[in-house]
Amino acid sequence: MQPAADAILVIVLLINLFVLGASRLRTIIYAVAAQGVILSLLPTLVHGGFGVREAVVSVGALVLKGVTIPRMLLRALADLPIRREVEPLVGFKSSMLLGAIGTAASIYISTKLPMLEADAGGVAGRMFVAASFSTVLTGFLLLTTRMKAITQVLGYLVLENGIYIFGVLLLQATPFLVEVGVLLDLFVAIFVMGIIINHISRAFTSISTEHLSALKD
Amino acid sequence: MTAAIVSILLPVLVAAVAFLWPSDRTRPAWLVVGAAGHGAATAWALSRPSDMTQWLALDPPGRLVLGLVSLLFALCSVYGLGYLRARADRPNRIFCSAILLFLGTMTFITWTHHLGLMWVAIEATTLASAPLLYFNRNPRSLEATWKYLMVGSVGIALALLGSLFLGYAAAQAGGAPSLLFEDLFANAAGFSKPWLHAGFVLLAVGYGTKMGLAPMHTWKPDAYGEAPGLVGALLAGGMTNCAFLAIARVYRVMCAAGDAAFAGRILVILGLLSMGVAGVFMVRQRDFKRMLAYSSVEHMGILVLGLGLGGLGVFGAMLHMINNGVVKGVMFMSAGNIHRVYGSKLTGEVSGAIRVTPWSGALLLAGFIAVTGSPPFGPFVSEFTILNAAFEQHRYLVASGMLLFLLVVFIGMGTTVLPVVQGDPGPDTRLTEHRDGPLTIWPPFLLLIASLVMGVFMPAPIRDLVREAADYVGGVP
Repeated sequence: MQPAADAILVIVLLINLFVLGASRLRTIIYAVAAQGVILSLLPTLVHGGFGVREAVVSVGALVLKGVTIPRMLLRALADLPIRREVEPLVGFKSSMLLGAIGTAASIYISTKLPMLEADAGGVAGRMFVAASFSTVLTGFLLLTTRMKAITQVLGYLVLENGIYIFGVLLLQATPFLVEVGVLLDLFVAIFVMGIIINHISRAFTSISTEHLSALKD
Repeated sequence: MTAAIVSILLPVLVAAVAFLWPSDRTRPAWLVVGAAGHGAATAWALSRPSDMTQWLALDPPGRLVLGLVSLLFALCSVYGLGYLRARADRPNRIFCSAILLFLGTMTFITWTHHLGLMWVAIEATTLASAPLLYFNRNPRSLEATWKYLMVGSVGIALALLGSLFLGYAAAQAGGAPSLLFEDLFANAAGFSKPWLHAGFVLLAVGYGTKMGLAPMHTWKPDAYGEAPGLVGALLAGGMTNCAFLAIARVYRVMCAAGDAAFAGRILVILGLLSMGVAGVFMVRQRDFKRMLAYSSVEHMGILVLGLGLGGLGVFGAMLHMINNGVVKGVMFMSAGNIHRVYGSKLTGEVSGAIRVTPWSGALLLAGFIAVTGSPPFGPFVSEFTILNAAFEQHRYLVASGMLLFLLVVFIGMGTTVLPVVQGDPGPDTRLTEHRDGPLTIWPPFLLLIASLVMGVFMPAPIRDLVREAADYVGGVP
């Protein structure tokens, strides 16, 4: 199971870089959805079975990240008269470079941290930590350097994916925290942000947060 | 357990009733019903010892916050009657249900005795309070709600990662770790240090975002500026204190692990930074509701500064939590009144409030004197205690930083509040038809009296509660 899990994490890291360099919103929505879907395979692979715990986290993440959220975002994209490009504050190449530096730093930090006995020998534990940190950083980068409400939601989702990777490590040790955390976080993303995006689009007939700049000092 | 379930679910139940209630005119009465029921449940819960091996248990700082939230909500509910009558133009179905749900979720935080469950409760406050900010349904309040949700959710996500790190640190102590706080305290000495430290930083940043500490405070001026006054009072006096409670509990884990110095350093830096940033933005602030938001940033900074100092500082922080919550109620409610009467919250357009709305003007002025730490009000005592703690530990740099920022804030706040209150209404002032009424004056007035009492002679039961809370969190007063 180890090689499969490692392969998934490598794909996740590649998707991080791809998302940072992509310019079309539709492409990013698909890429983030794909990242969520392949991550939903992790719990079963790591814990070598498909018990109730794995099922809750896997299926929950699969349905929400693979179907519900992308649908909501694509519909918002289709309904609204907005430019389909990203309009970043930091250019695509610089973003990718920052992402790569972040990934390298994550891998370096992960070698410095003490790991659990159970996974200390294997690469898996370290790879999980490195992938998790790197994905969280990518999410942050998207959140802070992209202007549209949709891209901010996408940044939040990538951030959440990063936390999910770390959560998988702890699924057996602290199941309650992981299950509730992962699912509740997604719930927020969908329902609340979905509702607000709707309101924003009705109020401004556009969902760029550039319009949301009346309040400042 | 029963007391926990009653005090958490009662507001939720009343929220459901309020949602189904057909009339906008009579619905606000359910706020008072919910407040009365919650007050009774709180009194019952505070009179009993709590079983600390349960997921829902009331620790001493939790008792303190629960009492404060219940008191604040009771007065806000009365204010709400007057406010919603004045705003009869707006449907209040969602507002009334959401504010009761918000009370339920804040109560939930005070009861949680489990790291994961506490995270859930804090997430729930974000969800319940978002509709409150959007009450006015205009683009400005939409912008405020969006920022509140976005910044708040990222903060909460970081807190989740921090909780997972703490869980991982605990897992390395051996066996399946229990995230019950009592077990975390007991086992903390064996936790893996790097993970514990990283977890604490993330939790401090994550819950610090909910508290509105600088530099994660960006949601606050917008949210407090656009939300109705009583929502600001509940956010500044209730929710932010609940987030502080979360940080205090995690701080105790750090103390138990022998890492109080590490945690203290981070908290002191965050505290001074918040006070400094608040001071900078308060000078020449023209919007008096946004000014209150920066005042809240400042006082959240004072809270974590006190906690970070440890010892006497923790006692001061617990005391200041109460004092600040009470005075923030006075300020937000009176500022809301003035905003309604003038139809503006900018200093250029609002002046002479003491003539037009004598009660609200006087309350805002008294609130300003109290919140900036002048005697004889409560915040003076608690701020002085924290300052004392810094001097006692020979941390003169911290103490002088705190004094300097208090001074800057005093000047900054004075230049905003005094022109609003004093003088005559300008020739261009067009007043709305709203005026002070007993329902919107008595609640802030009673809170001001409470603050005066806290400053002149602190009632023994409250002193005991504060002392127990400080002892529990890690200070020796």
